[in-house]
Amino acid sequence: MSIIVFVEDWNNVFKKASFEAVSYAKSWADLAGTSVTAITSTHAQDPGTLATYGADRILTLSLSATPFGTAQQLAAMAEEATGIVIAGTSFGRSVAPALAALANGSLSTNTTSIPSSIAPVTVERGAFSSKGIETIELSGNLPIVSFVPNSIGIVETHGIGAVSSFDAAGTDLLTVTDKTVASGKVALPEAEVVVSAGRGLKGPENWAMIEELATVLGAATACSKPVSDIGWRPHSEHVGQTGIQVNPNLYIAIGISGAIQHLAGVSASKTIVVVNTDTEAPFFKAADYGIVGDAFEVVPQLVNAMRAFKAEQ
Amino acid sequence: MNILVCISHVPDTTAKINFDAAGKGLDSTGVQFVINPYDEFSLTKALHLKEAHGGSITVLNVGGSETEPTLRKALAIGADQAIRINATPTDAITVAKELKNHIAAQSYDLILCGQESIDYNGQQVPAMLGALLNLPFVNACVDLTIDGSQATATGEIDGGHETYSGTLPLVVGGKKGLVEEKDLRIPNMRGIMTARSKPLAVAEPTENGAATQAVKFVKPAAKSAVKLVDSVDELVHLLHNEAKAI
Ligand SMILES: Cc1cc2nc3c(=O)[nH]c(=O)nc-3n(C[C@H](O)[C@H](O)[C@H](O)COP(=O)(O)OP(=O)(O)OC[C@H]3O[C@@H](n4cnc5c(N)ncnc54)[C@H](O)[C@@H]3O)c2cc1C
Ligand SMILES: Nc1ncnc2c1ncn2[C@@H]1O[C@H](COP(=O)(O)O)[C@@H](O)[C@H]1O
Repeated sequence: MSIIVFVEDWNNVFKKASFEAVSYAKSWADLAGTSVTAITSTHAQDPGTLATYGADRILTLSLSATPFGTAQQLAAMAEEATGIVIAGTSFGRSVAPALAALANGSLSTNTTSIPSSIAPVTVERGAFSSKGIETIELSGNLPIVSFVPNSIGIVETHGIGAVSSFDAAGTDLLTVTDKTVASGKVALPEAEVVVSAGRGLKGPENWAMIEELATVLGAATACSKPVSDIGWRPHSEHVGQTGIQVNPNLYIAIGISGAIQHLAGVSASKTIVVVNTDTEAPFFKAADYGIVGDAFEVVPQLVNAMRAFKAEQ
Repeated sequence: MNILVCISHVPDTTAKINFDAAGKGLDSTGVQFVINPYDEFSLTKALHLKEAHGGSITVLNVGGSETEPTLRKALAIGADQAIRINATPTDAITVAKELKNHIAAQSYDLILCGQESIDYNGQQVPAMLGALLNLPFVNACVDLTIDGSQATATGEIDGGHETYSGTLPLVVGGKKGLVEEKDLRIPNMRGIMTARSKPLAVAEPTENGAATQAVKFVKPAAKSAVKLVDSVDELVHLLHNEAKAI
């Protein structure tokens, strides 16, 4: 028996959230007094590196292209699992519930803590769009945890790291006909820093300074809902209750009023900075640091100050 | 085309969320409930598909009688019939199994859900349903075209999109993009009047036994007052030394 962790790669390179998933599995395995088994693609580069985060056994297999096929493959391991960990990436968010249904598991998604107890497995998860924190017991069969990327952190440790191959069948019920991913950009759900802007920026032509700030900080860019509704920015950047929910270490909100629906998707961020001309903007109530000022003056200054800071590091 | 839209009944996005004194669940005093915003995109997509291909739209909720106004609203927007499975589910697998049992006894070409319900933020029911029914599933679906028995669907993935093709029936977790915000329909007087005479059937649940147990709910700790700073240099200094965020 062991804690099984699904390790996702992107173009054969492990995702950052995958290292976090192995770290999660390691914390859980230590509590349960068991080992960590990582499951990953045969194409992944250097599977042995997973030992750095605590993997004792690394099984590689020819992974299915769709979440359903992958869930079937993971379900083949269910008998050996004390528990299963899956990072809440877009792929993982489809795999975990399918796996719970196939393996008759007990699932927590949107999880933000490691287990506080293992009999039964008890974790915290976000509910009501970060307006609430739920403590949940995985009281059924086979506990499965899907966690919010960047909520646990990556921990380096030592695992045995024995790599071997493994075979399990998965059926893809769909054919992937096209895949497009913006290259060179930090994916929003995994980002440690997010630079986000709203209607206060007046028009899409003013986003260059936002992108520049994001580049300096190695950040992902995001926006408020009206900004994506008007088409100034792509839908995929819309954060909030009805958009992507983020929890970076740092969220910088520029020209965003801080409506309740916006805050619902970003308030889990560890540190929030607000730049707004209006001292009464509700966002200041949810912020750690604020600058009352015009984005068109403050942002270029901030780009320079951050660039100077980064150069010193 | 026979379309099922699964509707979740959730607090309005502007609702202030409070929990009961024991922290066992939501204190619904003063909370307005609405059709889950993601489901509204799916419902509107169903209307568009019906207009193009003909057929019928069923809306379904697994919930207590308090959810009926939400189902009536879906009828007023244009669904043909509603079903309420009379249970108060405490987790997603219970909902998914109820839905599966209903669907297995019917012949739907398409099962449209929302990507996620904004109350418990599970993002679980649709993928579970696909797996239980052995049907293809597309999450975060932002585009869907149907051509005979073939479906082409695009879903958001981290940092991009993926397009799939498959055969109906298909299960979808929909969101904005499936239709646009401006396409969403507000029930008009006529819709509300005709909704009254549309069927809303109540069925008894067939499953019991949840796989998880909510122990307690709390609100996140309140933020301390914002620190207003005058210069970007001071901000960078604080972010580095105090918040350790950079
Ligand atoms: C069902 C529903 C769901 C919703 N979901 C979401 C969601 O998921 N995400 C979301 O973001 N919204 C959501 N909304 C919309 C939300 O209610 C707000 O309308 C929206 O967040 C406001 O966007 P904004 O802050 O960019 O624009 P505004 O409210 O127009 O605010 C612009 C801000 O910019 C400031 N400003 C103006 N000029 C400058 C300047 N030169 N420099 C600095 N600051 C300046 C202003 O003081 C103001 O505070 C939802 C609404 C509904 C009804
Ligand atoms: N009680 C329910 N009754 C009907 N459909 C539901 C119910 N709960 C969830 N769903 C559907 O599943 C989707 C995702 O919900 P969830 O998995 O709870 O986040 C929702 O958008 C609905 O389409």
